[in-house]
Amino acid sequence: MMRPTGIASALRVMVPVKRTIDYAVKIRVASDGKGVDTNVKHAMNPFDEIAVEEAVRLREKHKGAISKITAVSAGPAKTADVLRTALAMGADDAIHVEIPDNSLGGPLEPLGVSKILREVIKKANEEEEVGLVIMGKQAIDDDASQTGQMLAAQLDWPQATFASKLEFTSGKLEKGEEVQVTREVDGGLAVVKTKLPFVMTTDLRLNEPRYASLPNIMKAKKKPFKKYSLKDLGLEDDAKPRLEVLKVAEPPKREGGAKVEDVDALISKLKELGRID
Amino acid sequence: MIATRLLPRLSAAKPAASAFASSSRLPTSSRAFSSSAISLANTLLYLEHRKGTLNPSSLVALTAAKKVGGDIHAFVAGDEGVKDVADKASKVEGVSKIFTSESPKYKGLHSEPIVPVLKSLVEKNSYTHVFAGHTAIGKDVIPRLAALLDVSQVSDIIAVESEDTFQRPIYAGNAIATVKSSDKIKIITVRGTAFDKAAEEGGSASIEEVSDAEAADAPTTFVEEKINQSSRPDLATAPRVVSGGRALKSADGFKKYIEPLADQLNAAVGASRAAVDAGYADNALQVGQTGKIIAPELYVAVGISGAIQHLAGMKDAKTISAINKDPDAPIFQVADVGLVADLYEAVPEMMEKLKK
Repeated sequence: MMRPTGIASALRVMVPVKRTIDYAVKIRVASDGKGVDTNVKHAMNPFDEIAVEEAVRLREKHKGAISKITAVSAGPAKTADVLRTALAMGADDAIHVEIPDNSLGGPLEPLGVSKILREVIKKANEEEEVGLVIMGKQAIDDDASQTGQMLAAQLDWPQATFASKLEFTSGKLEKGEEVQVTREVDGGLAVVKTKLPFVMTTDLRLNEPRYASLPNIMKAKKKPFKKYSLKDLGLEDDAKPRLEVLKVAEPPKREGGAKVEDVDALISKLKELGRID
Repeated sequence: MIATRLLPRLSAAKPAASAFASSSRLPTSSRAFSSSAISLANTLLYLEHRKGTLNPSSLVALTAAKKVGGDIHAFVAGDEGVKDVADKASKVEGVSKIFTSESPKYKGLHSEPIVPVLKSLVEKNSYTHVFAGHTAIGKDVIPRLAALLDVSQVSDIIAVESEDTFQRPIYAGNAIATVKSSDKIKIITVRGTAFDKAAEEGGSASIEEVSDAEAADAPTTFVEEKINQSSRPDLATAPRVVSGGRALKSADGFKKYIEPLADQLNAAVGASRAAVDAGYADNALQVGQTGKIIAPELYVAVGISGAIQHLAGMKDAKTISAINKDPDAPIFQVADVGLVADLYEAVPEMMEKLKK
């Protein structure tokens, strides 16, 4: 419908986003010892903002080559907030897989999310085929760093994790085209080539996300917003957690705060502790 | 679950603490997890290597695997030099068998060719556990394996409580979750600083070759690697680290104040995200939630305020020393030895006095 003419096969990009506690909030362990206090400011996971930004930049750079950018998220009703943010940043439509609080008996795990995304992509393909998934390399709440890789496995697609640069070598964005991705690895960078469709996860270095402007926030309210339940996706049982959280505790406290007067005292204290010769 | 309460949270990894605990404090029920008792666990360790050298994180992951007990096998894949690595790995204490697979398909160690081979090994030998280091490669390969086996992975563990129960940090290390896996196979990645490295001698594992037939011809190919060459100690494993932050003001400032101090202390160089983002230091030097997680004996933070995300990467250092102009900087809340001073005066003075 929106597809520009003259492009043989425009690419639909899927961007999964997660609502997490805002990165600047100092978290507190909940009094029941089973989680953290979530009655605090939430926002889009910072790595997912980078993913949305990358999708939007891709469309700006390759005019007419992207048919649609679809933001998707799974979680309780409030998850809709981060989807609205993604729409305000430039996504075209949003899909919310609504999972009422506490309905799974535990937190949604990356394995469950990867299955949800697989089913969402299957449904999306019925309208317009998804050719690229861009998502954060980790969520700053569970710090798991699993979902993108698991989704690639679920779809049997290649994966390019921890990306700091994405280049379309041929300039064309269609199935089977070769893409070059620079990845952040231990000790430096690794450059790989892979082919569409694939799953890419974003490193901090990929880009600097834009702020949504007020007019764009207003426009976002009118963009298509779809809702699915786990039942719609046939995943009532398959998204259930496999890990039981027995306990969440504060990390051991450090006895910091000891200040010294001058450089001499600093050196002698470190010597006393046996940390320098 | 009694063991849960008795084991000291972070020191569970340290041999001295656990030996003490198992000799006098733990009830008999917990003995199933000590190395002397019979365990039904059967573990596959994914061994990482680079240019013939075993990755230290794999040796750390092995120590964690030993806490589960049972027989431990290892798997090494690569496009060259795998035999040398296997020879070295066969001497590592605690591994009884090494599977090797050498093929050009593995160049770059991408997950796509490796994972089908790993999956087939896990299924053939009915492993109950898979362990790997929580490194860039471990993070890339292991979740793909977990999904293919339909298992929920437990990432970045810092303690083993039993065969199915593990501790891991969440929220940038501001909380520690104890999780119990109900999956048939436990797939685990291990934080590189949470356990000691397994000894590289004393073992005598057998070596068996595995064909690359199951390695898919992946669409992903290796182009090049840009690894930072440095004569300094490796950041991830260095006993001492000197780190610089935004207050260094420039790449020159970093070169002039952080690097010489690091060299004088025979330390690795680290950086805060602010310093990396501003271009003062290379990305690979970033310490924090999204960079390296380190636990050196001495961490010297120079001109670093100490944001939550930075502390996540270094707060397990044995001694933290901080030099910062701002007496209210959060870094001082964790520093064992803090000096409120202008780094441009304090660092040269420190270097001068260390020379004597």
